[in-house]
Amino acid sequence: MTDKKNISELVAAGLAKRYRREKMFRFWGILSIVFSVLCLVVLFTDIITKGSGAFQQTYIQIDITYDPDILELYDPLDGKQFALANFDGVIRQSLQQRFPDVQGRRDKRELKKLVSLDAAFVVAERLKDQPSLLGKSESLWVLADDDIDTYYKSLDDREGPFTGRTTEKTQGWVQELVDRGEIELRFNREFFVRGDSREPELAGIWGAVKGSFFTLLVTLVLSFPIGVAAALYLEEFAPKNKWTDLIEVNINNLAAVPSIIFGLLGLAIFINFFQMPRSVPLLGGLVLTLMTLPTIIISSRAAIKAVPPSIREAAWGIGASPMQVALHHVLPLAMPGMLTGSIIGMAQALGETAPLLMIGMVAFIVDTPSSITDPATVLPVQIFLWSDSPERAFVEKTSAAIMVLLGFLIIMNTLAVWLRKRLEKRW
Amino acid sequence: MTSIMTEANQGLLDRIPQQPVPEDLAEDYATTGYPFTRDAKMKMRNVNVFYGEKQAIYNVSMDISKKEVLAMIGPSGCGKSTFLRSLNRMNDTVEGCRVEGDFSLDSDNIYDPKMDVIELRARVGMVFQKPNPFPKSIYDNVAYGPKLLGVYNHRSELDELITVSLQRAGLWDEVKDRLHQPGTGLSGGQQQRLCIARCIAVSPEVILMDEPCSALDPIATARIEELIGELAENYTIAIVTHSMQQAARVSNRTAYFHLGKLIEINDTNKVFTAPEHELTEAYITGRFG
Repeated sequence: MTDKKNISELVAAGLAKRYRREKMFRFWGILSIVFSVLCLVVLFTDIITKGSGAFQQTYIQIDITYDPDILELYDPLDGKQFALANFDGVIRQSLQQRFPDVQGRRDKRELKKLVSLDAAFVVAERLKDQPSLLGKSESLWVLADDDIDTYYKSLDDREGPFTGRTTEKTQGWVQELVDRGEIELRFNREFFVRGDSREPELAGIWGAVKGSFFTLLVTLVLSFPIGVAAALYLEEFAPKNKWTDLIEVNINNLAAVPSIIFGLLGLAIFINFFQMPRSVPLLGGLVLTLMTLPTIIISSRAAIKAVPPSIREAAWGIGASPMQVALHHVLPLAMPGMLTGSIIGMAQALGETAPLLMIGMVAFIVDTPSSITDPATVLPVQIFLWSDSPERAFVEKTSAAIMVLLGFLIIMNTLAVWLRKRLEKRW
Repeated sequence: MTSIMTEANQGLLDRIPQQPVPEDLAEDYATTGYPFTRDAKMKMRNVNVFYGEKQAIYNVSMDISKKEVLAMIGPSGCGKSTFLRSLNRMNDTVEGCRVEGDFSLDSDNIYDPKMDVIELRARVGMVFQKPNPFPKSIYDNVAYGPKLLGVYNHRSELDELITVSLQRAGLWDEVKDRLHQPGTGLSGGQQQRLCIARCIAVSPEVILMDEPCSALDPIATARIEELIGELAENYTIAIVTHSMQQAARVSNRTAYFHLGKLIEINDTNKVFTAPEHELTEAYITGRFG
C-alpha cells in the first residue's frame, strides 16, 4: 500500500507528462488546420490570379461604313439579300482604311485577324436593327481576336508580353491602337451569356450553367423523393432481417463506388438498352441520381435515427398508424438533416465529371440548352474541355469557369448550413 | 411484519431461474392474493411474453377492475413494464416481441386480429416514463389525438375538448395564456401533465402509466400523484412504479412482479403491511430491488 503523500507525488510527476501530451495533441490539430488553410489559399490565389482576366475582354474601335456596293446589299429589308451580304467586306475595308500602309494579300489577311469573327455578326445586327444606316458610317467597338486579347492583357507583365501567335507586324498595329486609345478592356459580358465556342473570345459559361441546372434539376427531382422514401421505409417499416442487412451493406457499398462506374452503367442501360438520346441533361440527371441516391439514403437514415424514439411512442400511444407516425412526426423532425444531406449530395453531383464523360455530355455543344432533352454539357465538363484546348486564352477561361463552379458550390453548402440552422427544432 | 429472511426464502430466490422455467419449478409458482375481481375492466389470462427466445412474462393471470388504481411494483427487469405495454399492444412495435394469452377489455379481445389498434389505443391510453410532448404547440399536442380520430365536428368543439383535457390534467391555469407556445418549453412536471392531457383528450377508458414520475422532482411528483387520485374518479388506471411509497400512496391494489412472474396481488394496505408471500416481503423491506 502506498501512503497518501506518495500517491500525490506520483500524480505530480505524471502531470507534467500529461500536460505535454495535451499540448502536443493541440499542436497537431492546429498544424493540420494551418496546413489545409494554406493549401486552400494557394489554390484560390492560383485560380483567381489566372482566372480574373477572363472577366474582362479586349475590344477594338473600328469605323464602319455601310457601303452598299461592298455589302452587295441594296435593300436591307430583303431577307435573302441580307443573308448573302458581305459583312466581312466592310470590316476588311474599315481596317484597311485604318491602316493604309498595309499592302499585300498575306498582310491584309493578317490585318483582318485583329478583330474577332464576331465583328461581322455585330455589324449585321446593327444593320438589321437600323436599316437606315445603309450608306452611312459609324464607329463601333468590336471584340478583338483571342490572340490580340492575350497579347494586350500581357503587355504589362513583368516577364514581357505573351506574343504567342502574333507577329511583329500585328504587335505594331496593336501598339498603334493603344497609342490612339482605340483598344481597351471591358467587362466580359459575353462570358456569362454565351455557350461554348472554338473562338476563346466568344466562349461563354452560360450553356454549361444551364446544362448543370437542368441536370441537377432532374437529379434532385428523382433522388430526393426516392432517397427519402427508401430511407423512411428502411428505418420505420422494414423488418430487420437478412434481406434488409444485405440492402444496407449494398447501399453503403454503392456510396463508395467510383463515379465512372455509374457512367458506364448509364451508357449500358440508358443509352444502349433504353435507346435514350446522348448528351442530354435528362440522361445526365438519371446517372447522377444513381450516384447521389446512396448519399441521400445514408444521410436521411441518420437523420431519421436521430429522431427520439419517445416521440414515436407518444404518437403510437395515442393511436397513430405507422404511416401517420412517419409522416406527422418522424419526417418533419428528420427533414433538416435530410435536406442538408441532399444539398451536399447535390453539390457532389454538381462537381461530378467522370460519369458524364461516359454518356456523351463531353461533346462540343455551342447552343445553350433550353430543356432537359437538349444536348448540353455541364460546368465541370466545360472546365475539362477548356483545360484541354490549345489556345492560350482558354487558360484564363478555365480558371474563370472553376471560379463560377466554386461560387455555386459555396452557395449550396452555405444554403445547407443555413437550412439546418433554420429548420432544426430543439426539444 | 418480519424483516428477517429465512434460509428457505433465500433458497427460493436462488432457485427462480431467468429462463426457461423448469417443469418442477412451474408447479411452485402461483399468484398469491386476489388477482381476479367481480367488476373487471380488463381481464388477462395465461399471459406469456417473449423477446425472441427470451421469455419476459411467465403465465400471468389477473384482472384490473373498474376505476381502480392498480400499482405494479418489482425489481428492475421483472417484466412489469413489458406486461403494461402488452395491455394496449405497444409491444406490437417492438421487434421480435411475441405475446401469448387472452386479453380482454370489457368483452372485446385485445389481440383479436379484427381489433383495430388505433381504436384500442384510444380506449387504453398511455403515459410514458419520460415526458414526451411533440415538438409542437401545447394546443396541437392535445389536439393531435382528437384530430387523428376525428372525434369532433367543429373547431369550437375541439377547443372545448382541449380546455377540458387541460383542466382535468391540472394544467389549464398554468398554460391558458400560452396555448400556442411549444409544449417542449414547459417544465418537466408540466410536460408530463401535458402528456396526461393529451392522453385523456381522446377519452380513454383505461390509462396506463409507465413510471410517470421517475424523471420528475419531488414537487412535480406530488402534483402528478394528486392528479392520479383525481383521475381515478373517471378512469381505470394501471401504474408501473419503482417507488414503493408512490404505490402505497396512489393505488388501491398492488401487484408484485418478480422475474417475469406475478408473485402477489393484493390490497395495497395488505401488501405493504402484511404481505402474504416471502418474496414480496423481502422486496418491500428492501432486501433487494
